[in-house]
Amino acid sequence: MYEIRQICKSISQKKVLEQINLTIAPGELQIMLGPNGAGKSTLLKILGLLQKPSQGQLFINGINALKNPEKVKHLLGVVSHKTFIYENLSVYENLEFYGKMYGVNSLRKRILEVISLLGLELYVHERVAYLSRGFQQRLTIARAILHQPCYLLLDEPQTGLDQPATHKLYQILEQLKKQGTGIIVSTHIIDKIFQYSDRLVILARGSKVFEGVSPQEYSEIKELYGSYIKGV
Amino acid sequence: MHWLNWITLTVIILANYLVFIWVPLEKVMGAVQKIFYFHVATAWVGFFAFFVVFIFSIFYLITKNERWDRYSAASAEIGVVFISIVILTGAIWGRAFWGQWWTWDPRLTTSLVLWFIYIAYLLFRSAIEEREKKASLSAILGIIGFLDVPVVWFSIRWWRTIHPNLMETGGKMAISPKMGVTLLLAILAFTLLYILLMTRIISLQKLADEIYRLKEEIRSHWI
Amino acid sequence: MNIVGQFLAIIRKDLQTEIRTKEILSSMLLFAFLTVVILNFAVDLKPRVLREVFPGFLWVVFIFTGLLGLNRSFKNEQENDCIYGLNLAAWESSIIYLAKTCSNLFFMLIMEVIIVPIFFIFFDLNPPSLLGIFILTIFLGTFGFTAVGTLIAALTANTKSNEILLPVILFPLIVPLILGVVQVTKGVFLNLPLESWSYWLKIILIFDLMYFLVPALLFTYLLEV
Ligand SMILES: Nc1ncnc2c1ncn2[C@@H]1O[C@H](COP(=O)(O)OP(=O)(O)OP(=O)(O)O)[C@@H](O)[C@H]1O
Ligand SMILES: [Mg+2]
Repeated sequence: MYEIRQICKSISQKKVLEQINLTIAPGELQIMLGPNGAGKSTLLKILGLLQKPSQGQLFINGINALKNPEKVKHLLGVVSHKTFIYENLSVYENLEFYGKMYGVNSLRKRILEVISLLGLELYVHERVAYLSRGFQQRLTIARAILHQPCYLLLDEPQTGLDQPATHKLYQILEQLKKQGTGIIVSTHIIDKIFQYSDRLVILARGSKVFEGVSPQEYSEIKELYGSYIKGV
Repeated sequence: MHWLNWITLTVIILANYLVFIWVPLEKVMGAVQKIFYFHVATAWVGFFAFFVVFIFSIFYLITKNERWDRYSAASAEIGVVFISIVILTGAIWGRAFWGQWWTWDPRLTTSLVLWFIYIAYLLFRSAIEEREKKASLSAILGIIGFLDVPVVWFSIRWWRTIHPNLMETGGKMAISPKMGVTLLLAILAFTLLYILLMTRIISLQKLADEIYRLKEEIRSHWI
Repeated sequence: MNIVGQFLAIIRKDLQTEIRTKEILSSMLLFAFLTVVILNFAVDLKPRVLREVFPGFLWVVFIFTGLLGLNRSFKNEQENDCIYGLNLAAWESSIIYLAKTCSNLFFMLIMEVIIVPIFFIFFDLNPPSLLGIFILTIFLGTFGFTAVGTLIAALTANTKSNEILLPVILFPLIVPLILGVVQVTKGVFLNLPLESWSYWLKIILIFDLMYFLVPALLFTYLLEV
């Protein structure tokens, strides 16, 4: 269980997040909707322990994540706006590096597994600098799931992906969900991902304005979203 | 802080009276020797200001309370001004007694190195936009920089002893009780000035923050 | 978590990047070599005087060349915010500091191993008789320089004007180290009596120890903003 308690964040005196409470259960997929500048990325960075909140607490499987980050860091997989991959290394070398950092067992096999999962076979030894944006995004996702994290935090993971790749991503998420991974995805696109979603969170102006079971029909979602976002 | 203004003013006037009228002229060096009171007093306050930066930097890293960062910044600014005075008065002193503007005297050289370190500290601060980042990163520099002070001091002392300096003896003088009292009051005056400047800079910073906050508020009304 | 494994993985990654791009070592080597040549043009000294100033030349060249490497060392970490991904994967932030210091030290030592003989050849000098102490001094000086330099490089990597800020912040900090290593190198070169320079090793060691331990402790604050 990933418990997020009363998270507040100010950046340069500007209030970016206010009193966010959330819970992500294993095997659950949550979608976070919100207009530009709502604070989705900031929240995900805080959940990914990449930034410190100004106030509030995080508990991952009962461990205070802000006090003992070293005990929980490896349970998280993060896809942020930035890719965290090294331009001058090849696809394989990047995965190998992160795999070694996480101490992944039978690394080579696992790397080949995620490479084929994300359709990167043709680019295994290509330098990242030469990859197109979409393939870099695939590699980023591969990097995030490489060590089989308990919680996966994805900030607009569809960025740059084409239709088949997006579809593939959703299948992977469904698969991971079945295996018990807790997933939270931020997005502002209303599409097929909602088929797999268990809960919906709407963020506006740094506050959580809605949380509940997500409807399946696109029109319903749009209506719900519109009703909370009006005037923002 | 009305009373602080008045106390500081009184002590400064009194100190000037002691320096220029009360204390007798030094027999060998004459009137130029009076620069000594300013030189030593500003040196003490300058070093103290950098020590304050060090302590507040540690406080900031522990508490993450922005107040300590603001105090560090203010103290570093004042420290740089005071150390500049130390270097200038040191140069004038050197010119008067040894016939040259600059000597690699340990105190003067240490002051110069500190001056460089804290100018760099202020430059570094102005190069980072995001507040929290600026505060954490410059706190690290505030700690690292001050730890260097004793090492710089000893190494420069040793360095000077291997270059025996004829001038070393020229600047020495016996301090009479009257001179001692005058020096103490000069130090007190500059310390009060330091505290006064700190409060001024901090209230200026608060005003700037308030303006920023109001701007943000107006902007959020418009969106 | 396997600390040693992570430490080695980071160093390995830095070496891989260097082998791929050949950015750091090649520019450092060429720069150092060029400076040796320029120094020869700029000063034309009698051998006796040369032996006096040579230690100073040596360290000035090391420092300026080292600066090139330090400025680069966080460039690839800054691209794509890799440093944050790295920090999330590392058990402790200090591992990143230690590994980065080691790879910077490694690059500098390689540069020095090649440049010192070139120095001797171009200035037509013989290596000192106390070769062991000479090498030890170079190692200790380079270690102190990279230890504090890596921290400052990590700090300035967060600014836009990092290339100028790094030397401006670093140089005043390393004054004691430079005084120390130049004195020892000079003592070794001029065959001065041991007592007249050996105490400088104390300053060098204190500097090295302090500027290795304190940054290792502070590095976590650098990354947790
Ligand atoms: N470094 C920063 N300095 C100042 N303000 C910032 C900074 N980072 C984020 N913000 C502010 O925080 C707010 C939330 O930003 P965030 O990136 O989290 O939004 P978002 O919901 O991810 O938006 P988007 O859909 O565009 O990705 C914005 O108003 C932004 O201006
Ligand atoms: Mg975003």
